[in-house]
Parts: sequence; C-alpha cells; structure tokens
Amino acid sequence: MQTIGQYLAEHPFFAGLDDDVLEQLAGCATNVHLHPNEYLLREGEPADRFYAVRRGRVSIEVRKAAGRPVMLDTAQDGEIVGWSWLIPPNLAKFDARATTETSAVAFDAACLRGKCEADPRLGYALLHRVTQVMDRRLQSARLRLLDLYAVEAEA
Amino acid sequence: MTSQAAAAARGVPAPDAVAPARRPDPMLPRPFELQRTRRDTHDTYTLELAPLEGGPLAFASGQFTMLGAFGMGEVPISISGDPTRPGPLQHTVRDVGSVTHAIVTAAPGSVLGVRGPLGAGWNVLAAAGGDVVFVAGGIGLAPLRPAILEVCAHRDDYRQVAVLYGARTPMDLLFLEDLGDWAREYGIAVEVTVERGEEDWEGRVGLVTNLIGRAGFAADRTTGFICGPEVMMRYCATAFIEQGVAENRLRLSMERNMKCGVGLCGHCQLRELFLCVDGPVVTYDRLRPLMSRAEL
Repeated sequence: MQTIGQYLAEHPFFAGLDDDVLEQLAGCATNVHLHPNEYLLREGEPADRFYAVRRGRVSIEVRKAAGRPVMLDTAQDGEIVGWSWLIPPNLAKFDARATTETSAVAFDAACLRGKCEADPRLGYALLHRVTQVMDRRLQSARLRLLDLYAVEAEA
Repeated sequence: MTSQAAAAARGVPAPDAVAPARRPDPMLPRPFELQRTRRDTHDTYTLELAPLEGGPLAFASGQFTMLGAFGMGEVPISISGDPTRPGPLQHTVRDVGSVTHAIVTAAPGSVLGVRGPLGAGWNVLAAAGGDVVFVAGGIGLAPLRPAILEVCAHRDDYRQVAVLYGARTPMDLLFLEDLGDWAREYGIAVEVTVERGEEDWEGRVGLVTNLIGRAGFAADRTTGFICGPEVMMRYCATAFIEQGVAENRLRLSMERNMKCGVGLCGHCQLRELFLCVDGPVVTYDRLRPLMSRAEL
C-alpha cells in the first residue's frame, strides 16, 4: 500500500521536493474521502485544512445572497484546494465542495504552519508552489472577466 | 505522394483543390435549399443545406462560405460538417444580428445563397503520425468539428488525440453527442470546462487554457488546432509553447470581418495577410507578431 509520503512524491504540486521534506509534510497529513456535496472548506470559517486532490473534483464557489452557489473554479486530481491556511487571518474566503466522489490528502494547517515557521526552506518551497497556483487562478479570473464567449454582434 | 494526392486518397479535398476559382464568378452565390435546422443552444443553430443544382459541396476542414439570406446580406460561416462524407452542407450559426437571425429563422425549403468554399483550411493531414490537440472556445468548436471528424475517419493515422473545449456555461456547450462519440468510439481524450457553473454541474469550471498542460501529449510530435476568441487563442498558443510545442505546429483560425471572401476588398486584412484567402487558418509563427500588435 502506498504511503502518503510516496503519494505526495507523485502529486504535481509537490514535484521536486526532497524525500525528507515530503516526510515532514506527510507527518501533518491524513487521507480523506468525500462524498458529493460534502464541504472541505466553508467561507468565513477557519482554514484549518489544506487539500491535495487525488481523485475526483472539488468546486470552489461562493454563495449568492438568496440563490444557489456559483462555481468559480474546480480543482481535480493533481491539484490543490486552499491557500488561506497560509495567509492570515487564516479564514476560508470561499466554499469548497466535492462535486463527485473525491479522495484527497488533507493537511492539518496548524501543523503545517508550525513546520514552515521552524524550517524556512520548507516554508519557501510551499509558498513558491502556492503562488504558482494563485498566479494561474488569478490569470484565469482576469481572463474570465473579459467574458470572451459573450455574443459579439455582426460586423 | 504529395500532400494533395494523399488528401485525395483519403477522400478529403486538399485546400488547393477547392479554390473558389472553380466557379466562373466567385462573387455569384450558388442557391442552396434549407433542409433542416436544429437548435443546438439558446442562440446557436445547425443548418443542413442541399444545392439546388449540381453535387454536394466538396470542402476542406476549416474552410468557410459566405452564407447569405437574399435581401438581407451574407456573413462568413465556417463549415461544420464532415469533409469525408458527401452530404448536406452543414453550417453552425450563432444568432447575433440581422443576417444571422434571418438565416437561423429561415423555414425549411427556403433558398439561401452560398459562396465558396473559401479560404485555407486546417490541413489536418500535416499532423498525421503525431499527437493532435484540438482546443475550442465557445462556438469555435464548429469550425474544428470537420477537422476532428477527419481525424476520426483516419484514427489510426494519429497517435494521442485530445479535444479540449471551453464554453461560457453548461447551457452553451455544443455537439454534446459528438463529444461522447469521439471519446467512446475513437479513444479521443475529451475534456470540457465552463467559465461559470451552478450547483448541479459536475464538470470542470475554469479556463480551457488550463487544460493544455494536463493533456499529456508529446510536445515534439504534437500539432495544436485552436479556434475561439482571439485572446483565448493567444493564451492557448502561449500554453502550448510553454509545453514545448513549436509555433509552426500551432494552427489558429482567425476571425475577421470578411466581405468579398476572395482577397479583393481588404476588409479582413491583417497586415500582409488577407485572412479570407491566406486564412482563416494560419500557423502561429506567422500570427504571433501580428496578434499582439495594437491597431492591426
């Protein structure tokens, strides 16, 4: 059976990290399974977990005042969910909900933050990876602001 | 075997073989009877047309026609049918203005004018032997559909094939039946994403650009075919290049204000290119310096 450390070595987010670093990370992690419509994070609540998705799909979404949630992004196998655990005040900015049967590695945020504080090399490695995810999602959000597929009238 | 001969052997007319000059007067529309209109989404329709005289219109994937409603005008519309099977001319049209509205609301039996086929197509044959990635945004799947069908008809000639498709919402997705068929029957990796989903959507939400890095192709043998809004195509091209795909192996279908369709009027000019004859499909090594320049 594959250990969490072995799995993390194969996950794109953790690619390139040394085995000892992966072992440190695995020490804060557990495997979780989520059914459709189970929440990983709730807007405004403590971001006490950070997830690496193994299989399935998670929707990052926001609740409208009196309507259904609007999906802003999805994360699927090989991607991560959550970066608020790293940024004070460590409160989730959005909901994260499994939309299919989902398996993930869940990291305890306090444990991870403690290890990052104690080992700046680990902290930098994680921050470096999280900022790449943030960059990709920021670019995605900006381009979608353009509403590129909207109707353009005939010339 | 020349590429034209090879294309002919596959039943696909090479772009040169279907040049508009085949007809005596390229400005003269050929009358086609509307046989059927299918509503694909809230604003997009697929029409099937049959010529009132002569045989079916031979075309290469990626070519377009100037499709006209008599008394209203004509608009450039890519052909969305199967180039390997003679049959009705298929056009997928989005209802965005007076001419397209007249076209999509025409009753079966109405006569529409068709000039073409026009322009340079995808040249799918050039990708044979390698991996192929199709990236479509919005109604951009319609011009790519003939190329995908051409690959399906000769599936063994290609290695890994992926169709990456992005739309505004789940309600805007086109050709859902085809997407399923391509995955099931032809082993094509079909990935769909939307820009906005609601609670009951189980698929992806995000940019189609983000799917390129996950498509799992071998960069040195991959050809990318991209069709969608220009900004989307530019970012897709960048994503392919980041994966190591050469610029001259990226083919983009450019949309411009085409009028004459035969390289005379200049409405579709992009610096040295007249996109109605030099395009609409152009490789990215030619387009890159032009696409990022203001006022071109």
